Amino acid sequence: MASIEKPLNKLIKLVHVDSFLRMFLSQYFILILSILIFLVMWPVNPNIASPRALMNILENLLPLFIIAIGQMYVLIIGDGGIDLSQPSIIGMTSVIGAIFLTNSVNELKLGSSVLWGTLLGPDGGPFANSPLATPVAILIMIIIGVLIGSINGFCIAKFKMPPFMVTLVTKELFLYIAIWLTQSFNITGLPDSFIEIGRGSIWTIPYVLIIAAVMGVIASIILKRTVLGKWLYATGINSRTARVSGVPTNRVIIFAYAFSGFCCAVGSIIYSGRLLQGSPTLCRAMLLDIIGATVIGGTSMFGGRGRVSGVLIGCLFFALMGTVLNLLRLSPFIINMVKGLFILTVALLDVIRLRRSES
Amino acid sequence: MANIALEINDISKSFFGVYVITDISFKLEKGNILGLIGENGAGKSTLVNIVGGIHQVDKGNMKLFGKLYAPKTPRDALEKHISFVHQELNLFPNLSIADNIFIEKYPGGSVIKHSEMKKRTSEMLKWVDLDISPSTLIEKLSPGQRQLVEIVKCMRINPDIIIFDEPTTSLASKETERLFKLIKKLKSEGKTIIYISHILTDIKKITDDLVVLMDGKITDSGKTDDFSINRMIKSMLGRDIMGRKYPDKINKSDEEVVLKVENLSEPGIIRNINFELHKGEILGLFGLMGSGRTELTRVLFGIDPYKEGNIYIHGKKENKLSPEKSIKNKIGFVTENRNEEGLLLEGNVAENISLVSLPNYSSKILKFINTNKQKESINEIIERLKIKIGSTEKQLVRSLSGGNQQKIVIAKWLMNKPSIFFIDEPTRGIDVGVKYELYCILNKLADSGASILVVSSEIEELVGICDRILIMSKGEISSEFKNREFDNEMILTAAFKQKSML
Repeated sequence: MASIEKPLNKLIKLVHVDSFLRMFLSQYFILILSILIFLVMWPVNPNIASPRALMNILENLLPLFIIAIGQMYVLIIGDGGIDLSQPSIIGMTSVIGAIFLTNSVNELKLGSSVLWGTLLGPDGGPFANSPLATPVAILIMIIIGVLIGSINGFCIAKFKMPPFMVTLVTKELFLYIAIWLTQSFNITGLPDSFIEIGRGSIWTIPYVLIIAAVMGVIASIILKRTVLGKWLYATGINSRTARVSGVPTNRVIIFAYAFSGFCCAVGSIIYSGRLLQGSPTLCRAMLLDIIGATVIGGTSMFGGRGRVSGVLIGCLFFALMGTVLNLLRLSPFIINMVKGLFILTVALLDVIRLRRSES
Repeated sequence: MANIALEINDISKSFFGVYVITDISFKLEKGNILGLIGENGAGKSTLVNIVGGIHQVDKGNMKLFGKLYAPKTPRDALEKHISFVHQELNLFPNLSIADNIFIEKYPGGSVIKHSEMKKRTSEMLKWVDLDISPSTLIEKLSPGQRQLVEIVKCMRINPDIIIFDEPTTSLASKETERLFKLIKKLKSEGKTIIYISHILTDIKKITDDLVVLMDGKITDSGKTDDFSINRMIKSMLGRDIMGRKYPDKINKSDEEVVLKVENLSEPGIIRNINFELHKGEILGLFGLMGSGRTELTRVLFGIDPYKEGNIYIHGKKENKLSPEKSIKNKIGFVTENRNEEGLLLEGNVAENISLVSLPNYSSKILKFINTNKQKESINEIIERLKIKIGSTEKQLVRSLSGGNQQKIVIAKWLMNKPSIFFIDEPTRGIDVGVKYELYCILNKLADSGASILVVSSEIEELVGICDRILIMSKGEISSEFKNREFDNEMILTAAFKQKSML
């Protein structure tokens, strides 16, 4: 570590004034940055203010927000907490939900699946065309999401395995289980009632917005006003102190990962609905956005810090950046590089903040 | 004039404005074994760390064989042939003996010459009478063997001065004897040695000269032969042992037994522990490092497991202990390491103080916190304990003084109104004024009916505040002193003698 300290300390001295640093890390900085980007882009490409672009930003923002809340909970509990398996939970729940929802399956594509003949047939899945399809599918998706999350949490809490390792393994594992189940094809034929959730609205308010708002409020209330919330933060700041002080750290850790799985399931409902298909690779490349939004929103990678409002702003930033860079007709590779650079910068600032507090 | 190996001139060192050692001067003759004794916190470690290049002095200087010596890093000290055998051995358990010895400087430059390394290691092992292969992994060695490897590691740089810091804490008596033989052999080869130890009988056995530190100053020095154990103790603690202020004890403890421990054992850690804690009693537990006293409290609180024995809390036998259960049983535990296990350093005062008692302030079902009631209790306890802070929400605990930090840990546990209270090293790292406040807090707690178990390595602190004192050594309770009719000399002698068994 000694060799890293010198340049890092030099950098810390550069970012000298404490208020300067606080400004950079304040979530409001990101919000202001977002507004600035918007204003700067406006004369360059007026399309950014068009209802379609704004709607685009909102549509990208909301489901990302739902999933990022889950990642935030996992980051808050610290000790290297991270959930790399989120995209795979989304894919897995998408596939399993679709199996129960679908009312017509293409035999040419899914005929070789292990489920053909048992759960799937040319006329769809077990609840094909049934009014129960959507509620049952939603329930099962949520159960699967929570289950996979709990498996993650259990391995990390009880077996003390590193979160990076555990969630990386479940990520790969469930991705390939989902692909295997569908023979890598998507499942179409989803009922309208399900699709409505992702795409529809009530009194011009999109269902997504309602779901995101409810989840955001609940997640925030848990963190700010309940014992569980205090336990989550305490475990993140110092799990040893928390343990001695009577916090059931194992249960808290399992809850955080299970909650992450829950958020993925809800996000999956929306994304699958929008795609009109159940897809095993749904959101496969979204990890950068999820973690980026969470970290940029002020959640520390080291645990103990994180706010729902911060995550919201982080998601806004990413959704905005995605749209802006798209309108600039930059290639997706460059877009991801730019996103990556932002995350790296914020992560570095996070480390600097931590080092300063240690000295 | 005898050859002076090391000269220490008026050295003073402070941390965060607090002077840890002041005006230390002495001369160390070549080929002599100098004993350095003093209580915890007296400044011994700081002093030798300065010699070893870990700290830099604020005032004063050092001379090594007549030349000015001012190491900036441990490497500088090594280059000047000064070796350090630390209390906590710096060995890599997953590497072999040879690797550990040569890891600083492998023979051969970029490509390691393994055969040469093995040969040299074997020679060095022979010198200490250790008959094992150089490729043996450290994790397979006993503590005594590991220490010999550590010494061999020191020998690699052909040191002139070797510093031993509490070398015998994890050694059995046979291994201690072997160590002493080795030290005498080193002396006969012209090496100069500084030997730090709590075990005064060992100091008498092996050292030629003696320096006694107390509160950062030298109180006594001279030839070891001129020192009796009594003189050593008096110099370590000051002429007037009860001179430090302690609150008057007016409480009398009940007969009611709140905690009963029967035949408690955890192999390698504690053995056959039997004792009772009475209501309203302040029971002291004294022991040096490695005696098992901290481990015992951790087992009692439920953090660490135990193999055999019975624990009765308020008369009821408890089987599966855990921190959650202990807290429900109204037991509190201030650990010896508040930074690692007592505080949320990155959290604010309110978060820290409220942590244990959170469930008490929440509704049953959804566990919403009643912030108003909680805030009231927090403010009340801050006032009661005289914790000096600004805003409870904004003040981060890491920026507080040691004394205030310790008070916050205590406050955290008091919020749960404990009836049994374990406190380990209550005044470690705290200045004198606050120490008295803490003793008063403990006293008041016992007055109100709580039963307290105080673990400490400062015997006079225990003498000052306890009703009874148990002394632990090598995992067992070796003696008990009752009813505040403490014969100070007797206790202190019992405390500082090595129990000669095992």
